[in-house]
Amino acid sequence: MNIAMLVFIACSVMAIVGALALILAREPVHSALALVLVMISLAILYLLLGAAFIAAIQILVYAGAIMVLFVFVIMLLNAGEEVRTNVSRLAKWVGLPLGIFFLLEMAYSLFREYGGRAALAGGTAAPVPASTRDLSMKLFTEFVLPFELTSILILIAVLGALVLAKRES
Amino acid sequence: MFPPLQDLYRIAPELVLCAFGMLVMLIDPFVPATRKRSMGWLAFAGTLVALASLRWAALNQGSAYSGLFRVDMFSLFVHAIVIGVSALAILGSFDYLDRENIQRGEYYALILFATAGMGILAGSTELITAFVGLEMSSISTYILVGFRRTVLKSNESSLKYFLLGSFATAFFLYGIALTYGATRSTRFDVVNQAIAAHGAGPLLILGLGLIFVGLGFKVVAAPFQIYTPDVYEGAPTPVTAILACGPKAAAFAVMLRIFYSAFGSASHVWFWAIWVSAILTMCIGNFAALVQTNVKRLLAYSSIAHAGYILVAFAAASEIGVAAVLFYLAAYAAMTLGAFLIVAHVGGTNEQRLNIEDYAGLGTKHPWIAACFALFLFSLLGLPATGGFLGKLYAFQSALDQRIVWLVVIAAVNSVIGAYYYLKVVVAMYFHESNKEWAPMPMRAPMFVVLLLTAIATIYFGVLPNRLMELAIASARSLR
Repeated sequence: MNIAMLVFIACSVMAIVGALALILAREPVHSALALVLVMISLAILYLLLGAAFIAAIQILVYAGAIMVLFVFVIMLLNAGEEVRTNVSRLAKWVGLPLGIFFLLEMAYSLFREYGGRAALAGGTAAPVPASTRDLSMKLFTEFVLPFELTSILILIAVLGALVLAKRES
Repeated sequence: MFPPLQDLYRIAPELVLCAFGMLVMLIDPFVPATRKRSMGWLAFAGTLVALASLRWAALNQGSAYSGLFRVDMFSLFVHAIVIGVSALAILGSFDYLDRENIQRGEYYALILFATAGMGILAGSTELITAFVGLEMSSISTYILVGFRRTVLKSNESSLKYFLLGSFATAFFLYGIALTYGATRSTRFDVVNQAIAAHGAGPLLILGLGLIFVGLGFKVVAAPFQIYTPDVYEGAPTPVTAILACGPKAAAFAVMLRIFYSAFGSASHVWFWAIWVSAILTMCIGNFAALVQTNVKRLLAYSSIAHAGYILVAFAAASEIGVAAVLFYLAAYAAMTLGAFLIVAHVGGTNEQRLNIEDYAGLGTKHPWIAACFALFLFSLLGLPATGGFLGKLYAFQSALDQRIVWLVVIAAVNSVIGAYYYLKVVVAMYFHESNKEWAPMPMRAPMFVVLLLTAIATIYFGVLPNRLMELAIASARSLR
């Protein structure tokens, strides 16, 4: 039981608790804050795997920018407590069993695939080539096509904002 | 280190489409509001140049960008379908946008970007590239669906499509992650080698299942079809025409690539999933269409049913099955595009005339429009001498060759059921008296050309299918 293992378990528990709180909380603001918890614990997990860049991006983009947007939207819409409708009751009786089934299936297949080796080693597994340098090498050589296409994707999103928000003349 | 210049030629259609899309956006602010239609002509020119550039890409076939993208007959065939659909839909949008007072340059730019995304989907041989292509086409269409900002129904359908579509995308992404986890690669060839070497483990099967959820949403396969009628009804009708043809063809193309080339050696695993989905899709589409009174919704359900017929050929898992899917996609694109654009034309201002009884008397008042519509409906129904008939024939034949008898039996029963609701519209057009006075818009040249081209294509595919089928078979061969 080394320190990495302890951090791994602590962060995993934190991520799961955060994710559950995110779904179960009725106040949108509480859900948003729970999401921050999930993002930060995930970032630490990435750090344990040696992926420093991804961890930094996780904090900057997800816990930072995207969360701010979420909170802004909640604030602007003045969203109050969630109202449960018939459909969300359906989600409870059909969605929950399906979700649990999916979880068990995932656990089973991960266990089959890795036989409890890598998954339980707690981040001290084989070194992952995920340094910033490796990542950028991949991104700008092998994966340059999807990388460039992403810029078009962002352009489309900007165009969408323009279409939906432009004032009628 | 840098990708060779030839790679640029291989993505020439996408480059052209994106360049024209940006050109439209750059020029648009300087064009006065009354002359926005010129942006449409510019976009149309873009699609024509892109079609021409397919020839250039065809001269440079092969893998591009370290094997992430591939130009082969298969990709060229699907490119031709999606770019052709967009070109005709742009022509068919002019009058509609004028009537709805939403003639704006962004509309055309979005169509071009969406088409580029569909092209990427058709040629991608790697999951991340496919994902970006899928998102390019999806996000553009989310916006296009909500283009009538002042119409509540359009807003509703856009929001619905966006939320459910994002959800489906999340499934797709999860599937990619699991596939990568199991094989350490997202490239189709490497995934295929890994399966051939180690078999398909539970993690990989789960990944494939999630990918199927994501793509099933885009091709409107049951049980992921629920959004279809609402979204198709609320979208501006020319956008519905694109939705029903373009993204569907592109999503089927990437699905073929993923299932046949990446997961080809695990076809026994996905066969039953496709089998069940095909039956559900056909039955839900056809039975729900029976009770529709709104023509746009009726065609939406019919598009679900047709996705089911395509899945029948998909399940065949053979070369001739792939050819049948491609032939069906081309024939389906021609007739569906024509049918939806007629709905757009007859619908009039604010899309007021969408019910079946609104079509009463069309046969005597506007014999040419009615004749075209009847032709498209007969083709959708699958009457001989139309593209739809041969599409179905090849699809069912390819499944029978693989001894998938029950699926074909159910498909045949379904196409008989389909006859009822298509004929209902035809009967209304020719045998019912119109009880309302209305003067439709005069048909302008662009719309006329589109209807003429789609009608000719529908008959041509039905009477002289050899050329198209040869191309489809050559495309299917190149997929391997």
